[in-house]
Amino acid sequence: MNGLEAFLVTVIPAATPLLLAAVGELVVERAGVLNLGVEGMMATGAVCAFVVAHISGNPWLGVLAGALAGALISTPFAALTQKLAANQVATGLALALFGLGVAGLIGEAYVGQPGVRLPALNIPVLSALPFLGPVLFSHDVLVYASFVFTALVSWFLFRTRAGLMLRAVGVNHDAAHALGHPVVRIRVFAILFGGALAGLAGAHLSLAYTPQWVENMTAGRGWIALALVVFATWRPWRVLAGAYLFGTVWILGLHLQAAGIGLPSQLLSALPYLATVVALVIISRNRVLTLTNTPASLGKPFVPER
Amino acid sequence: MAMADAGGQDGGTAAAPHEGPGAQNGQSAPDAPPLLEVQDITRRFGDILANDSVSLTLRRGEIHALLGENGAGKSTLVKIIYGVLRPDSGRILIEGRPVRIASPAEARALGIGMVFQHFSLFEPLSVAENIALALPQGTADAALKERIATISETYGLPLDPDAIIADLSVGERQRVEIVRALLSDPRILILDEPTSVLTPQEARQLFATLKTLAAEGRGILYISHRLEEVREICDAATVLRHGRVVAEVADPRRETAASLARLMVGEDIHAVKAAPPPEEPGPPLLHVRDLTLPADGPFGVALYGVSLDVRAGEVVAIAGVAGNGQRELFRALSGERLAQGHGVIHIEGRDVSLCGINARRRAGAAFVPEERLGHACVPEMSLTDNVVLTRHAASEKTQERLVRHGLINMDAARRICARIIGEHDVRGAAPEKPARALSGGNLQKFIMGRELDRQPRVFVVNQPTWGVDAGAAAIIRQRLVDLARAGAAVLVISQDLDEIFEIADRIAVISRGELSPARPAAELDREAIGLLMAGAHEKRHGRADNGTHAAEARP
Repeated sequence: MNGLEAFLVTVIPAATPLLLAAVGELVVERAGVLNLGVEGMMATGAVCAFVVAHISGNPWLGVLAGALAGALISTPFAALTQKLAANQVATGLALALFGLGVAGLIGEAYVGQPGVRLPALNIPVLSALPFLGPVLFSHDVLVYASFVFTALVSWFLFRTRAGLMLRAVGVNHDAAHALGHPVVRIRVFAILFGGALAGLAGAHLSLAYTPQWVENMTAGRGWIALALVVFATWRPWRVLAGAYLFGTVWILGLHLQAAGIGLPSQLLSALPYLATVVALVIISRNRVLTLTNTPASLGKPFVPER
Repeated sequence: MAMADAGGQDGGTAAAPHEGPGAQNGQSAPDAPPLLEVQDITRRFGDILANDSVSLTLRRGEIHALLGENGAGKSTLVKIIYGVLRPDSGRILIEGRPVRIASPAEARALGIGMVFQHFSLFEPLSVAENIALALPQGTADAALKERIATISETYGLPLDPDAIIADLSVGERQRVEIVRALLSDPRILILDEPTSVLTPQEARQLFATLKTLAAEGRGILYISHRLEEVREICDAATVLRHGRVVAEVADPRRETAASLARLMVGEDIHAVKAAPPPEEPGPPLLHVRDLTLPADGPFGVALYGVSLDVRAGEVVAIAGVAGNGQRELFRALSGERLAQGHGVIHIEGRDVSLCGINARRRAGAAFVPEERLGHACVPEMSLTDNVVLTRHAASEKTQERLVRHGLINMDAARRICARIIGEHDVRGAAPEKPARALSGGNLQKFIMGRELDRQPRVFVVNQPTWGVDAGAAAIIRQRLVDLARAGAAVLVISQDLDEIFEIADRIAVISRGELSPARPAAELDREAIGLLMAGAHEKRHGRADNGTHAAEARP
């Protein structure tokens, strides 16, 4: 394994939780809902995945538990913002804090306990390829899943009727309602999906990236995922590019730190955030593209007249 | 006059309105049940009875007008028929069969199509995607595009299925709505104020389409408050006032516009009285030379070489179809957006091209934007606070000074507010009431009064009577004329041609951000204005091509 190979092999797991959470949030925001609680849902997913895997010894059950926990903890947000038309920003922030708190509570007894690692899934034949094999085809299932979800979401949004309805609801919920589309139901499903993917992102952290539970192990990744969605102008493949840029600079910073470069470590840890935001701001400078892709109803409460 | 007064039948049983001579042109057998019967529909919003025991009968092949002022309950009634709203009581029959319509999807399944007043289109989506969303299933695939092409051709409604809605003109957007409604082959088609955004020529095209549809045996329910067009195309009319049916007109062609207006409003409408404009034109108080501004967003309109003089003593009106640069022109004149260099906009001889709105106010101008709530005033703030908002920085020359050393003189503000309310007959208002609490007409009177109270030398107003009831609109128009005759320069941007012909001394037309030269109103007729609305004067685009007027804003 040469240096570049080793580098790339670490970038992919670093980008995976960001990509999963951001693709989930993208669907939520395309439906016109701003859920700022990604960090909390991710932490809850991480701890539940860890605990279930630890108790059962089965990492697959852990993955499932992470997704379920993420979706479950997003239900109060769905109920408050969709049924009661509560303010989405305030509710989302509350969810972020609530999720972190719940995760800390559940995980208290499990700090320092040995984790169960999600096994790498070597894809037959392909994983035996030199260079490409270890870099692309010897990862855990969630890495592959993150790509599959990106492709699926892109296909769903732009090729299927349900996706068209979801985008329509996000663009103009009054018009969608006037045409008889179930605005609230579509949004609730979107929120649950976003929660499940944030939970999967958390599961990747606690089962694959660093198979253990530490409080605050999400380390702001949920917030980065939120920023990725906006700067990627709500387009799935751009979210993927942003997530990988972030992962690359992050790992680069770690390597530089290890190499003893004379920069303060705080600056190096800030670098991926800075680089991602700068790159995505440059991408999203095209206002026309941004505005035509922006869900115009984003964050606005919908109260149907009846 | 074949007109039955139905005002007193509230709460009664469903008495089918009597057969009128206008109902004879349908293809239905004489004893077949009517296509649509609405019986005693009542719907309450809080304290307001939006529909009070409303009944209506629509026959096959009939174009039936639903007439009434803003707030008379027309939109509520059609939303109930289309399943968007639920009635509190009453019933709906289709071909004699009672039906419950719980959602728009059910309405469409029953053969009811609707073209909304405020377009229910999704701007960033394509024409085909918008249409697919109104169908029970399917996506914007090739088969759907084929069907769209067929319908477009059959009814003379040309459309590009792949165009993005945001790029389309208002007329084209309406075509999308109509094609969308027609794709489900409706027996009943409801159109809510379809011509309010069309040029006269586009309206005529629409009428031809509607007549074709009626001749096929469909029933058309046509909401409007434009009386001339109701007389032109409708076979019957139901008039609503304050939520109740006040008259059923069997043959609108036998009515006059004035008699229909009296039914709608309940009284005669005050006609604007104006002294003739001064023979010797005064000096130009508002002078605009070659104003060019790029579009301020993907859905904005660029202004191109706009030149205009408004002289003391005259009312100049700018006509045009909505979305052709009116908003952008207003923002450029008011100083919400600055010009790109010196020497473009002069107020009373002062170059204000690079001055903001407060400096322009100090120069003697006043501005009333289109949106009352949120632009002309802050809805949640009191009327007094709203007075301060446009007068805090104006000069002492014309008024009491409201702000000294950063502190507001609230007593003075309240005094001014009370004076405006009194002098401009603002009903239901008090200085401490929030702006939102006023009805549209009264709020508009208040906002106009707030600016008129400053005795401006230059007055620019965008859509002065949009959504205002006829009585208040007449008062507002009179004030505009009076202000001009008192020596001010008045510029009115309006989509309402009746209003323009009533008050304007000279008329210019804006289309796609270009302004035609202002010509005396007496030299122009609707036909000429319609051609200008369609872009006959444009230098940049050449002749009208019915094209996408926001195209220059996109890559």
